[in-house]
Amino acid sequence: MPATLTVPSPPVDPARPRLWALPSVRFGVRRLRRLLVSLWVLVTASFAMIHLIPGDPVRGALGPTAPADLVAARRHALGLDGPILVQYLHYLKGLVTGDLGTSLASQLPVSDVVAQRLPATLILAGLAFLTAVVLAIPLGVVTGVLTRRGRGRRTELAFTTTSIIVATIPDFLIGVALVYVFAIQLGWLPVAGDATASAYVLPVFSLAIGPAAILARIVRVEMVGVLEADFIRTARAKRLPARAIYVGHALPNAVTAALTVGGLLLGALVAGTVLVENVFAWPGLGSTIVRSIITKDYPVVQAIVLVYGVGVLIVNLVVDVAIALLDPRSKIRED
Amino acid sequence: MQGRWRRVVRTPLGLTATVLVVAVVALAVLGPVLWGSGAGAVDTDAILARPSARHWAGTDNLGRDILLRVLVASRLSILLALLATVIAVVAGSLLGSAPFVLGRRTGRWVSAGVNIAVAFPGLLLALFFAVVFGVGATGAVLAIGLAGAPAFARLTQTLVAGVAARDYVAAARAVGIGRFRILLRHVLPNIAEPLVVNATIGAGTALLSFAGLSFLGLGVQSPSYDWGRLLYDGIGMIYVNAPAALAPGAAVLLAGLAFNLFGESVAKGLGVPVGGGLRGVGSARAGAASGPERTDQGEEAGDRSPEVVLDVRDLEVTVSGPSGPVRPVRGVSFDVRRGEAIGIVGESGSGKSMTALAVTRLLADHGRVDASRLEFLGDDLLAPDTAVRRRTLGTTLAMVFQDPMTAFNPTRRIGAQLAEVATRHQGRSRKEAMARAVDRLTAVRIPDADRRARQYPHEFSGGMRQRAMIGMGLMGAPALIVADEPTTALDVTVQQQVLDLLAAIREADDVALILISHDVTVVGEVCDRILVMYAGRIVEDLPAAELATAARHPYTRALVDAVPDMNTDPTEPLATIPGRPVDPADVPPGCAYADRCPLADARCEAEDPLLAADPAAPADSPRHRVACWQAGEPLPVRPDDRSIDDLVESP
Repeated sequence: MPATLTVPSPPVDPARPRLWALPSVRFGVRRLRRLLVSLWVLVTASFAMIHLIPGDPVRGALGPTAPADLVAARRHALGLDGPILVQYLHYLKGLVTGDLGTSLASQLPVSDVVAQRLPATLILAGLAFLTAVVLAIPLGVVTGVLTRRGRGRRTELAFTTTSIIVATIPDFLIGVALVYVFAIQLGWLPVAGDATASAYVLPVFSLAIGPAAILARIVRVEMVGVLEADFIRTARAKRLPARAIYVGHALPNAVTAALTVGGLLLGALVAGTVLVENVFAWPGLGSTIVRSIITKDYPVVQAIVLVYGVGVLIVNLVVDVAIALLDPRSKIRED
Repeated sequence: MQGRWRRVVRTPLGLTATVLVVAVVALAVLGPVLWGSGAGAVDTDAILARPSARHWAGTDNLGRDILLRVLVASRLSILLALLATVIAVVAGSLLGSAPFVLGRRTGRWVSAGVNIAVAFPGLLLALFFAVVFGVGATGAVLAIGLAGAPAFARLTQTLVAGVAARDYVAAARAVGIGRFRILLRHVLPNIAEPLVVNATIGAGTALLSFAGLSFLGLGVQSPSYDWGRLLYDGIGMIYVNAPAALAPGAAVLLAGLAFNLFGESVAKGLGVPVGGGLRGVGSARAGAASGPERTDQGEEAGDRSPEVVLDVRDLEVTVSGPSGPVRPVRGVSFDVRRGEAIGIVGESGSGKSMTALAVTRLLADHGRVDASRLEFLGDDLLAPDTAVRRRTLGTTLAMVFQDPMTAFNPTRRIGAQLAEVATRHQGRSRKEAMARAVDRLTAVRIPDADRRARQYPHEFSGGMRQRAMIGMGLMGAPALIVADEPTTALDVTVQQQVLDLLAAIREADDVALILISHDVTVVGEVCDRILVMYAGRIVEDLPAAELATAARHPYTRALVDAVPDMNTDPTEPLATIPGRPVDPADVPPGCAYADRCPLADARCEAEDPLLAADPAAPADSPRHRVACWQAGEPLPVRPDDRSIDDLVESP
């Protein structure tokens, strides 16, 4: 056998590369690190909230005429009477053990308040996001196909203009308009509460319409771009029917970018529940946090800010993982 | 500058937004002056009244006119929104330019903080700051301003980073100007425009957010009132008097939209205008008004032996260019027989790829295809697409494209992309199709095909992807493989592998091949027959064996001469064909090559030669066709100015 110029390769089984070399492992580690840092910032911010309030928050909450011993008692109840580091560690310990403090207004454990209110908000946000996706993807795909390669200029203009305007309208104003039309003028749907299934319709749509408009716009732009790609020509060369090309080959590639924005939208949607819950008297976290801010019930406010923040972080994480699964290159691209 | 601003106003949306912004600002200035006393007037006769002639939107619980209050509230609403915007822009641009001023190490911490903050929605940040700064107008201004800061910081950071990379900043740094000075004198002026535009959009967002906070009861407190506060009061009595909620809602919406859309329009108007480019113009059969005017002489017209796989007559492709229709393929006729390998060569822009896409009906939206005949295995490809034809083509016509890096769908596994052909066209089950895909990958010499089939395209090398692409074509039983520059994007060392593979498949299954290339050597090596294209025409159709010795068109001969061989003197510059290829939008009346041809005479300039069997061609090659008035004339010796550059197409 003639001598060949091969460099001896390291003794690594090609089927099982080292763990750290796997893109998915690197991706997971990196993503976990970012999550932990964000979580730490969030927890610290929610702890710091009370301390950032100018002046004396306890005195501010109780008013200038409150007796000194009440102020001291309240300060103790809030855990504001030790050195700041001790307070911080105490706060962290409470979080780990699930102790979020006691509501000043109701004297109930804050964890109970949150547990009682969280499901309504979760359901509202989840349904709204689903609705937005279900509305946006077909709309974006169809307009994308109709406006590909500079076709349908009028359709494109009408669609873009409408979606910009709709996306700009804040959810609570959409809520007010929907209440006026469907609850007051037509009397089809109830205006408040979550007692019946029909009561879900207006709040869910108030939250979903704006994100749906943005998402549809992004899906359209992505579709138009993807339809120009070489692999679409390959799919056409395979003589697949149009639907298989649009849905099977173009959509997964268009949805990746839409998901990135969709994640931001879902985060905003979580926060948007605050306003919409107040329009519809929805018994969730949003109506609770507003009441607690006004009554200066700080432990409840801190806890709910934390819950919203964690919700946003989870959403971002889920979106990143979903993108990584849908578009295998993204794991590497970030490197 | 003026022209750019005019562009903003010219779109209907931009004009509407501009008018609205002016109206809203005028209202904010004049509203309290005109109606201030009226809005405060208490009408005890009409408390919580419904709309009437006296009170168009009804009255509130003190009998004050709601419409007047909405008009007057414009000043406070807009003022607070602008204040919040200023805070957001100032805080944001300070944070955003901090990495530039503070240097890389400290800057990294700032931008990491900004990145974390940006991940949280604005409303959540606003609520956080509302707690810190307390309930009320001041707290809300600070809250909305600071909540908007991270987004502006991110924007500033991006803009600064863009400018910081430019030469004049580097030059300023090189002469020792301080970072802060550079920021003020060189960077900020260059990013001011996008910042201002985004601040305008931000003002609209701030207005809407402020309304949100006031609506929650966290913003403006009684007795002051802004739109959000009026909405807060109005929503409670929406059943009694809907306009009490609708009027302030409409006002805030209109104003918010005005600022937002104005900003968006300005952004669009000041940006780069969207160009026209080539647009598809549908598809039509030849014989219509725009049918081919004059075309090649077909070979052996009438004789359509069953051996013909692909039959193309008078093919034309029309695309719409910036100044009217352009015809990159101007009447091309040829046929491909079973097992035959045809090479199409020519410079870029000669129409060879267009021809390939047109005959395989893959041009779709890119242009219109006309022909008097276009048949594949006896099927009329000009007829409308049907499921049956898709099935036939899907299993008998294979394509290999130039760039294997982009030709596979990045989101699907290689095996699945191959298997799709079998499940779709051959009614196989997923499992059978997958087994077939693995088998085909093995057939195109991909090692460990079982594992490879489960990988994504980005895990394949370029050469392997191109082989997988060929394997995809072999999922059915192809009668023809059309390979459009299949080796151009590949490393030289793997080019030969791909060509060998194509040749082997051809031999084994008697598959016809159309190989498109700018490389005469490659084509001459693989193919039986060569079509030389120039300016959307076939100028010569000759057996590959005759390429080096019996080429008759001066262009073909120039192409062959331009290829360096072992006898080429390395000290001499490489040969070129002088002049530039013809612009397809401006084809001369005579022979398109006349301008560059050393043999051209008056007839060449005036009359376009037809592609016809060359009477002077050797008797043993009856299929040799050439389109030239001077075919076979000896070329004058021109040893000067030659290089191969003009022949080489950029991939």
